Amino acid sequence: MLEVAVRKQRGDFLCEVAFTSATPGVTALFGRSGCGKTTTVHMIAGLLRPDRGHIRIDGTVLFDAAQGIDIAAEERGIGYVFQDSRLFPHLSVRDNLRYGERRARRRPHHLRFDDVVELLGLAALLARRTAGLSGGERQRVAIGRALLAQPRLLLLDEPLAALDGARRGELLPYLEGLRDHFSLPMVFVSHQFEEVLRLAGHVVVMENGRVADHGDVVAMSQSPALRAIIGTESLGAVVEGVTGEIDAASGLAQIQVGNGQLLVEAGDLRRGQRVRVQLLARDLILAIAPPAGLSVRNSLAGIITRLEPDGGRAWLVFTDIGGTTLMVRVTEDARGALALTVGQRAWVLVKTVSLRGHVFSGPASA
Amino acid sequence: MLLNADEWQALRLSLEVALWSLLWNLPVATAVAWLLVRRRFPGRTLLDAFVHLPLVLPPVLTGYLLLVLFGARGPIGGWLQRVFGIHLIFTTAGTVLAVAVMTLPLMVRAIRLTLEGIDAGLEEAARTLGAGPVDRFFSITLPLMLPGILAGAVTAFAAGLGEFGAVITFVSNIPGITRTLPLALYTALQTPNGDATAARLAITSFTLGLAGLVLSEWLSRTLRRQLGRGIA
Repeated sequence: MLEVAVRKQRGDFLCEVAFTSATPGVTALFGRSGCGKTTTVHMIAGLLRPDRGHIRIDGTVLFDAAQGIDIAAEERGIGYVFQDSRLFPHLSVRDNLRYGERRARRRPHHLRFDDVVELLGLAALLARRTAGLSGGERQRVAIGRALLAQPRLLLLDEPLAALDGARRGELLPYLEGLRDHFSLPMVFVSHQFEEVLRLAGHVVVMENGRVADHGDVVAMSQSPALRAIIGTESLGAVVEGVTGEIDAASGLAQIQVGNGQLLVEAGDLRRGQRVRVQLLARDLILAIAPPAGLSVRNSLAGIITRLEPDGGRAWLVFTDIGGTTLMVRVTEDARGALALTVGQRAWVLVKTVSLRGHVFSGPASA
Repeated sequence: MLLNADEWQALRLSLEVALWSLLWNLPVATAVAWLLVRRRFPGRTLLDAFVHLPLVLPPVLTGYLLLVLFGARGPIGGWLQRVFGIHLIFTTAGTVLAVAVMTLPLMVRAIRLTLEGIDAGLEEAARTLGAGPVDRFFSITLPLMLPGILAGAVTAFAAGLGEFGAVITFVSNIPGITRTLPLALYTALQTPNGDATAARLAITSFTLGLAGLVLSEWLSRTLRRQLGRGIA
């Protein structure tokens, strides 16, 4: 268990953050730039001293203002992957990787050099100097270096932010591999919900130096605090399910969600995998009668549980499809015409192509 | 070009004095530069000004101040003499001190410039990787400062060979003990028929100074390339 409850005044900016998350597990600190995410991870790492509060991990006190405990950053055993890599320019890639490993003699070595090099695809880079590396390569080396210091917690401060879209897509699978291969607790800073969706179990939504909301990814995908940050266009309920039948002919995989089934493009999916899918509210269609004669392949029956105004002329309709809630965005006009009310039966229609799905074999929620 | 025995002696003494003051200054200049760049403490501006004073004061005045402080009856000189039996006035050790004080700002400036270009974030990264303060300094900061330290050292050494005003004021002009190249050159110019000696000493000084500058430039460029241009 990672327990953080800290307060830090920096000029006019007050950062007051409290959350707990399970270990191992991936926690995302999500919010706009300048909301205190980096300040928070700096305090966890020991690079910045909180004015008050405490930081504990698995029963070990790292900081406690009341007890006067403040373990030095170099003694905390917390890995930190910085946004800007911070590779040592006078050392080769191999020596960068070995830097923390050599200094972690007192801790048990769970992460072996060869395994880390293989997982991060660094074998071909080992003899090189860091100056000629691409942005993605630099971040992979930085991640490997932090891992080999045998940390009990890994902090990643927007590890993808300095990369362009394509590089970002290349690095994400490495981070997923990290989560799935080493049972290492991670705290991951991001302002891209897509990354959070793919990596995190637990999400802490931050706003103006405070925790606006926190919970698992499924719950947070419907949080008003998240909506306030990402806006209504990229809003969508996250659902988790397990892949069932995969139809080779159509290339579609079935996912059990609530009481119904979703068909998604199979891609690399295999039967029995845990999958997380985000259904964007603007992509969904709501029907108040069982649909027939439509090309839409996914139709999930449920009951309307809540209606919330969304911006000027639209509404968010929360529909329970059997233990799982979806959000559908409808116009003011449609709401009136269909006379949508709480408790009403409804069918949520999803076009196969509008799913954002991917394999998620880590813990469903933390 | 052949130097006579006295001229050789002056050259040897100059090299010796410049070398000792350099060895003394290396840790001092590195520490001062590091303090000035990486630490915020009361009196920082004062330290900065104090170290750089010899650059702006007339060297004769610096020599005079050394005389006041380190003379036999000066607060530091008297103490050194009583406790350690160290004499600085009219000795080679005093010459080394004068040259060290005069060349310290040159080294501090060169090292400081390099240090300012080193991202303090690298030291933070080293911390999170388990490196304590001393470890961090020797494994990260010092290697990255090396180009500045070497360039500063060469410049300071070359300048140290030629220090005149502070030396002649503080330790006088004693052949074999405090008479370095520039003092020998000055003496030759004051002596009838000293023209040939003066010319040889002038050419020697000129060559050494020029070589120092070229070497310093080359060293700093080579090292920076070695680091892969790499303070990125």
